[in-house]
Amino acid sequence: MSDSVEGIPVQVAAAPEPAEDGQPQTGPRRMVLNMGPQHPSTHGVLRLVLELDGETIMKCEPVIGYLHTGIEKEFEVKTYQQAVTLTDRVDYLAPLSNNLGWALAVEKLLGLEIPPQAQWMRVMLTELTRLNSHLVWLGTHAIDIGAMSVFLYCFREREEILKIFEMFSGQRMMTSYFRIGGLALEPPRGWQKAVKKFVDSFPAKVDEYENLLTNNRIWIGRTRGVGYISLEDMLDLGVTGPMLRAAGLKIDARKDQPYTSYEKFDFEVPTRTENDVYARYLVRIEEMRQSTRIVTQAMEGMPAGAWKADAPHVVLPDREKMKTQMEALIYHFKIVTEGFRVPAGEVYQVIESPRGELGYYVVSDGTAHPYRVFMRTPSFANLQCTGKMVEGTLIADVIAAIGSMDFVLGDTDR
Amino acid sequence: MLPDNLKEHPAAVALEAFDAEALKGGKFDYNELTLDIAPGKIVSVCGFLKYDQQFVRLSSVTAVDRYPAEPRFEVVYHLHSVDRNQRVRLKCRVRGEDPVIESVTSVWRGANWYEREVFDLFGIKFLNHPDLRRILMPDEWEGHPLRKDYPVTGSRV
Repeated sequence: MSDSVEGIPVQVAAAPEPAEDGQPQTGPRRMVLNMGPQHPSTHGVLRLVLELDGETIMKCEPVIGYLHTGIEKEFEVKTYQQAVTLTDRVDYLAPLSNNLGWALAVEKLLGLEIPPQAQWMRVMLTELTRLNSHLVWLGTHAIDIGAMSVFLYCFREREEILKIFEMFSGQRMMTSYFRIGGLALEPPRGWQKAVKKFVDSFPAKVDEYENLLTNNRIWIGRTRGVGYISLEDMLDLGVTGPMLRAAGLKIDARKDQPYTSYEKFDFEVPTRTENDVYARYLVRIEEMRQSTRIVTQAMEGMPAGAWKADAPHVVLPDREKMKTQMEALIYHFKIVTEGFRVPAGEVYQVIESPRGELGYYVVSDGTAHPYRVFMRTPSFANLQCTGKMVEGTLIADVIAAIGSMDFVLGDTDR
Repeated sequence: MLPDNLKEHPAAVALEAFDAEALKGGKFDYNELTLDIAPGKIVSVCGFLKYDQQFVRLSSVTAVDRYPAEPRFEVVYHLHSVDRNQRVRLKCRVRGEDPVIESVTSVWRGANWYEREVFDLFGIKFLNHPDLRRILMPDEWEGHPLRKDYPVTGSRV
């Protein structure tokens, strides 16, 4: 396909033509190996087309889109509050991070002031989400490389976190707990006890994972020096998050552009310089310890007071008030049936998701439905460096390398 | 021309000094800087911002369909400077009839997938893109789903 615009020829690449027998073209010694879309270590439906010379990877092309569900289009027909449920389903391992990004972006457009308790609660739960996500990553990454038992330990702790989420929101995974203007429900009675029980026991559990892996000779042999990609290449390709921090660049939106009162918390941003799978493992392990610190601080210093903003046209009224006050009933009816209007404008809200920079670009035209929502998801950008990372390495290292990226295909394909 | 309210933003001032014709306007609201760039100059502007103004990271490339307004599409670039801890949004307006803009893959290789996504979902072509084909939708798909004249539900008869 080709045509020209203003005299300049435009080349649109067509899909590669298969040979007559339907097989992709290969050179004399090259073999094309199709890994995925259903492969246990691709964590979803990622497809890698590997071109091999013996066991060496000459070329690697990730193919995505198998989980594309048109979420960005669907935003345009939802009201702002309804759209919260869509954000859960983007990155299903870190639903609360996505809830937070969306809520912050819309609150920025509305100019809403969020009460301190809601902000701290958001910090606490987002950090628990980070732990949840890192635990799934560690368990599956280890099982890919061959360490079976770590998976069982990680999911044991993850279960505790999911129980806390269930206590708060009634849901284990698709929580939709952060709504525009604050939280969905009042924090449940006795949450301090549940969170305290978890943070008191968790650091010892991280030691346990480290006992199993950090000095394990097989683990080191499979991960050290594997999956190297230079910092310049990563910046050029848009990689963010723990991968960038494992290359020595201290970049973290929680510190650089603090949101939802992260500036009030005392935590470190761990970095390494080795820039391999092992360094990324160490960075994420240390992030788990730092997140536990943040959760502890949030739990101990949780401010009292309101848990949703004082904005009756945006925030649903209490059930009590609806039965006694006419105004509350009218507001409830209006918010549920037609939503609330958001002033025209555009914002790009960045948060640090467990995987890296998560950005919500929201364009409003002044109506009750978003005009355009773009999610800058970290998995999409991180996956782009797969080719660069694995070319020239051995096929067994591909599993370790893509495991260290910690992508979620729902996050990639949206 | 640089609007008066942007005179205190070094990136905007530097860009104006670099190429006054490229900078068509801009705004600063919600604490975010937006610069309108002439579509023909996008590659040189991005190169200048990356190599001269330390905006080393391209966060994303996306588009907004302003149907039925003309020029119909806005191609939106989010840039990030790690050293200066700043972000800037660049915006190019592209016409609706056979929309086309120069690719910035020569400045950031990471633009590759983002531009493929915009091509896939909006049908905007990127000149000099190394591998312009659909990325999220199936190869044989017809139409570009994120255009405003593309229905959300329903099937073709």
